[in-house]
Amino acid sequence: MRPVAFRAVEKSFGAVRALRPTTLDIAGGEFLTLLGPSGSGKTTLLNITAGYLAPDAGRVRIGERDVTELPARKRNIGMVFQNYALFPHLSVFENVAYGLRSRGCTRSEIRRRVEEALATVQLAGFGGRAIRQLSGGQQQRVALARALVIEPDVLLFDEPLGALDRQLRKHVQLEIRRLHQRLGRTTIYVTHDQEEALVMSDRIAVMREGRVEQIGSGRDLYERPANSFVAGFLGESNLIEGSVTRVSGDYAELSVPALGMAIRGIAAAGLAEGEPGAALLRPETIRIGADTAPCLAARASEIVYLGEIVSVRLVLADEREIWCRRLSNLGEVRPGPTTLGWPAEEVRILPIHSNEETREVRHDRSS
Amino acid sequence: MKDTRSRRPLATALLLLPAALFLLLWFAAPLGELLRLSFSDPRGALAAYRELVTGDVYRRVFANTLLVSVVVTGISILLGYPIAHVLTRLHGARLHFAFWCVLFPFWVSVLVRTFSWMLLLERNGPVNAALEALGLTSAPLPLLFNNTAVYIGMTHVMLPYAVLPIYASLVRIDRRLLLASDGLGASPWTTFRRVYLPLGMPGVGAAAALVFLLSLGFFITPALLGGISNITVAMLIEHLVNERLVWSLAAAAAFLLLGVTLALLFVAARLVPIGQALSER
Repeated sequence: MRPVAFRAVEKSFGAVRALRPTTLDIAGGEFLTLLGPSGSGKTTLLNITAGYLAPDAGRVRIGERDVTELPARKRNIGMVFQNYALFPHLSVFENVAYGLRSRGCTRSEIRRRVEEALATVQLAGFGGRAIRQLSGGQQQRVALARALVIEPDVLLFDEPLGALDRQLRKHVQLEIRRLHQRLGRTTIYVTHDQEEALVMSDRIAVMREGRVEQIGSGRDLYERPANSFVAGFLGESNLIEGSVTRVSGDYAELSVPALGMAIRGIAAAGLAEGEPGAALLRPETIRIGADTAPCLAARASEIVYLGEIVSVRLVLADEREIWCRRLSNLGEVRPGPTTLGWPAEEVRILPIHSNEETREVRHDRSS
Repeated sequence: MKDTRSRRPLATALLLLPAALFLLLWFAAPLGELLRLSFSDPRGALAAYRELVTGDVYRRVFANTLLVSVVVTGISILLGYPIAHVLTRLHGARLHFAFWCVLFPFWVSVLVRTFSWMLLLERNGPVNAALEALGLTSAPLPLLFNNTAVYIGMTHVMLPYAVLPIYASLVRIDRRLLLASDGLGASPWTTFRRVYLPLGMPGVGAAAALVFLLSLGFFITPALLGGISNITVAMLIEHLVNERLVWSLAAAAAFLLLGVTLALLFVAARLVPIGQALSER
């Protein structure tokens, strides 16, 4: 149950800055997910942790040990690869036993621990099978057993569920979570699937363009996103852009000339009057048919019945579209003119994530 | 849909027909004639075979042929494996250049290359001169007209045949398997021994079979570089046909060699899945 610490770790591939200086602490036994689109640097950070990539600068510590200079074989990590990377010429038993043989365990100990690991992933009795005889889900579990059996200080996952179908993926997500709760190993999990991140993680680090945009629990990120990128990446969101006119106490006001109104909501950190901002209206925040202020005229143009909820596409006065969701048992929504509203305490006013240059300029100005 | 499917076997047969006819006419038919010849000895149908199997000289020729083939195969694999490995690490222009170097010998006739070796290896040739100049030898080494010369010349010819199948096999090994092995605590040597080597084995097997079979019937190089005591089966057949004019004996020797070749191929196919290296993984 070792903690993992990154201190100003960075990595470039030629002119591409895959990972900007990143400092991050992962507590012992924590399940941290690195979430981000492709090219956000999440896999780079994972490979640096494993020892498959050497950082250009910065230090990596696992427990009390500085492992920056150590090759992967001396780090005691358990990695589950995207394609599982099982040895095709070895049996299930030998795949799982591989790390133990490298560690010079005795024959009887290997037998005992491999069987224990296979039982943990519900593959008891599969030891004699060849890898190609297994289904994708079973291969995934062999890969997990192979990583677990060596009792690693850190368990690393590189998008391990991508190849599984949706139904199986949900099942394995819950299985991995239960396993983590039972064994309590420090875990770093890389994915671009927000649902996967929400199901399993203690904390999620949302990454973009080689840096961590925000780190926190799933609820933190969903309810209190730091900027419009995080808000857009995690969950569905309606972002209405405007300029920040007033910040006072917990609240801020955003003027939206296109709609001819000001939207009031809880202010995110780093908001400055006069700068561009965005109001985040989550689909479940919007009330259709509201008659108390703030209230906006809209037209319901598309209604999608999804069982327990109804998804409604609303067109505003400036032809902007927003999506709203509500429980089906709150009554039927009909297409046509309606009004919509929202409670100000459920709206958040966020700084706009900007592309790199403008951010750097702004950073310089503030420092 | 039904129509095209029922027509497919016919199309396949038509596409294969020219090659099949060609082989039938120019390969199967002469082979049949040769088989007939091998039983046409005036002393009796099996007399030619009996002479080959019991004759001391003939047995020594077969043994020498096998020895040369085994040694050349071994050297070719040992030299070809590192080359194939290096090729898997190269990309783009460097890979093209390296491949060109490996394949270049194919563009030069075996005869030309063998004569070149004769010039290089002769008593006062550049190899001996260089060895003496370096002070490694005091007198010229006998490098020509013995098995050493045959090994050198034949390995030179065979090397590309060894490199290509091994490369085809090694390049398909998923690099992540090596990372996985490393991550599980295995030393580089263990990773090589337990992952890289076994996964590349089908290619090594295919290379060995290819080089060995080509070596068994090799003629020009052993004939020009070998000595009087280093006769191979191919040279023996040539001798029987051109000098002694005993066609029955020559035909029987050819069929014995073919029999040995097929038997060895059969055994090799049991030991390593050769076809696998050249088809899908």
